[in-house]
Amino acid sequence: MLGLDKKDTTLLIIVALLTLGAPFILNPFPADSAMAQFNAGYPDLMQRFVIFGIFAIGFNILFGLTGYLSFGHAAFLGVGSYSAVWIFKLFTYNVLPAVALSVVVAGLFSLLMGFVSLRRSGIYFSILTLAFAQMSFALAYSVLSNPRFNLTNGETGLQVYADDPQLFHSDRLPDLPHLFGLSMRATYRLDLGGWSFDFNAGYYLCAVVLMAVFYLAIRIFRSPFGMMLRAVKSNQQRMNYTGLNTRPYTLAAFVISGMYAGLAGGLMAAMDPLAGAERMQWTASGEVVLMTILGGTGTLIGPVLGAGFIKYFENIFSKINDNVLHGWFGFLPDGLEDAMVFLVHPFIGKGWHLTLGILFMLVVIFLPGGLVEGGQRLGRWIRRRRGGKDGEAQRKTEPAE
Amino acid sequence: MTKTTVTRRGVLKSGATAGAGLALPTIFTASSAAAYMNEPTGGTVTLGFNVPQTGPYADEGADELRAYELAVEHLNGGGDGGMMNTFSSKALQGNGILGKKVQFVTGDTQTKSDAARASAKSMIEKDGAIMITGGSSSGVAIAVQGLCQEAGVIFMAGLTHSNDTTGKDKKANGFRHFFNAYMSGAALAPVLAAQYGTDRKAYHLTADYTWGWTQEESIKAATEALGWQTVNTVKTPLAATDFSSYIAPVLNSGADVLILNHYGGNMVNSLTNAVQFGLRDKMVNGKHFEIVVPLYSRLMAKGAGENVKGILGSTNWHWSLQDDASKAFVKSFGTKYGFPPSQAAHTVYCQTLLYADACERAGTFNPCGVAQALEGFEFDGLGNGKTLYRAADHQCFKDVLVVRGKENPTSEFDLLEVVEVTPAGQVTYPPDHPMFSGGMLGTCNAGA
Repeated sequence: MLGLDKKDTTLLIIVALLTLGAPFILNPFPADSAMAQFNAGYPDLMQRFVIFGIFAIGFNILFGLTGYLSFGHAAFLGVGSYSAVWIFKLFTYNVLPAVALSVVVAGLFSLLMGFVSLRRSGIYFSILTLAFAQMSFALAYSVLSNPRFNLTNGETGLQVYADDPQLFHSDRLPDLPHLFGLSMRATYRLDLGGWSFDFNAGYYLCAVVLMAVFYLAIRIFRSPFGMMLRAVKSNQQRMNYTGLNTRPYTLAAFVISGMYAGLAGGLMAAMDPLAGAERMQWTASGEVVLMTILGGTGTLIGPVLGAGFIKYFENIFSKINDNVLHGWFGFLPDGLEDAMVFLVHPFIGKGWHLTLGILFMLVVIFLPGGLVEGGQRLGRWIRRRRGGKDGEAQRKTEPAE
Repeated sequence: MTKTTVTRRGVLKSGATAGAGLALPTIFTASSAAAYMNEPTGGTVTLGFNVPQTGPYADEGADELRAYELAVEHLNGGGDGGMMNTFSSKALQGNGILGKKVQFVTGDTQTKSDAARASAKSMIEKDGAIMITGGSSSGVAIAVQGLCQEAGVIFMAGLTHSNDTTGKDKKANGFRHFFNAYMSGAALAPVLAAQYGTDRKAYHLTADYTWGWTQEESIKAATEALGWQTVNTVKTPLAATDFSSYIAPVLNSGADVLILNHYGGNMVNSLTNAVQFGLRDKMVNGKHFEIVVPLYSRLMAKGAGENVKGILGSTNWHWSLQDDASKAFVKSFGTKYGFPPSQAAHTVYCQTLLYADACERAGTFNPCGVAQALEGFEFDGLGNGKTLYRAADHQCFKDVLVVRGKENPTSEFDLLEVVEVTPAGQVTYPPDHPMFSGGMLGTCNAGA
């Protein structure tokens, strides 16, 4: 289907089912149960899952295929957000032109940054991109927010004010980002017994975009262009010796992944019309690297999983406080309850970084291929169990190869 | 790429699929029947406490969280009632708010606008919070205030000192109890003139972001009105940790006062550098060289240690105040946690009580009703004397404390002494003051 082989079609269908069914999948616990703390199916977090998924897919096109580790991709995300908010401020709250402009601006910006940075490879490339991104952050945070020329509104972040021109805005339209009148905040809540599920317009817009760009990523991965990028990763020097100029390929990959980041930034602003400078900080660039590695570098679905994993911890674990813990362990005798709370306390609330760090280490040490490798191992294990003797025989023949 | 054949049937099929995909979201636009956002229906009401638990202001955030828990305890009738007993409005019964038990959820702002908004949104969307409060920096406060306006819940700002929060970024759903940079300037200037004379030359080092600029502007205006000259104003990058290269030029500038418009770790480092350079032992223009830190907090004073001794600044509240309300608050906070509260703890405790009281007086949780009850509300007994929540910009007007680093601290908390309590009248400004102009309050939004 759509020019994909059977395996990729299945993958695309799985992604489509996961994204479209997310409101159900992410809310497995009844709303008033103690486990509801772990529900993640509310609009903001679902949007974040998908948007950072897009960001990570794009990053993976550069890092997973060419092996060029960029430490400055957050800059494109930020530039995308700023462009989108400027469209909101000056012209209209409709998200289409805003997102389109963020992709274009991020593309141009990445062309400039890539043109300079790609002159070097390896660690020097990483440092150059990092320097560029930190430069952009400093510019956005203070230099470009001075009262005479206020492009970014500095620390406060760029917001839409009631007295902004908004040339094409009319009173009939919602006073929030919308798609031809459909507010991105519009949410339909479905109550089924104890469960409640949120269907949010903004989320479904992001989900449709995710499916489109995921399809695009599959096509890039399977194309001769993708093959060329993989060749760059395995041995760029040899390619150069055969007389092939690899720079246009790497630059194209860089710009494509920059445009993905810009798209993610634009969508972020479309879901929540504010663009802050810290979106461009190096920690944000580091985050997408973590997402990709955690999920599985060079795999198609890995980055999306990694993005979901990290965002889940950031938003769910950071909100568990001692009160919640006392609620959980309330059934235990007093002394034991306090002891349990004391033991768990460092890993929740402000300790979510610690929990995430430990899990990241475990994944990197035991599953070097990321969460995808974990899934593959699990699949193999199940198949072996099911296959019984067959699998046993197959495994035994392996060494002979 | 693989070869793609375009057939009429294929185009039609994919077109139909795409159309269905685009149309899908439109069936989900039905709005709920509630009168306003997150209307509490059960026997409980949920408040959202959004404070920095990680990052540079984690100390302030932790103290805010303590105060919030204390406030909830008092609202639900636990503990000794704290400032509820001294509060001039007697609408609160100690049975929750409007008979509903108060629950709370917490989140981590990380002192980043994005993370703060994400955390506030999860409280509103997932936990059904009816009010969001907290924060320890103006950037975050302004970002979250904007979000609450869009979402239709009340925002009770925590520690935010920038003029913009109730100036050009003011919002109908947002309220600030804390004082601001203009008030710091207006309160400090007369004390500076009295202590150091009216013929001084000032040199500013300013953190290069929104809060720093409004702070510098305010202090500059206030001191120049008293006859001081401003020799130079230098912006320092926010991430700077070593200020030696900024301090050295001060020595040769002919200035005799150094004003540090820094906060948190920045202030601790710049003050330490300035003292190490021996600025405080210098005589310039026949006068003793002085350093001023316009915004002080006890947590910062603790960080700077010995160096704060004798240095003037302003603060919103200090635990050594001797009025009944402050004493009651310090007592119940101290009983629960074993040490006195910071000004951040005080302001968020007040904000929680003020919100609860406004709900009681309005008889509803509807943000528009609550906002109306808060607007123009005059109260007393929350530690700052007579206070007005001005309707025009949702800013509290109350006395401002001018403090000085203590020469002989008796404990690790006893670092500041109150020099003067500047009366509210002296720090009041018209709503259309140029430093606050440009914004619009708009109309209140009840969501839903």
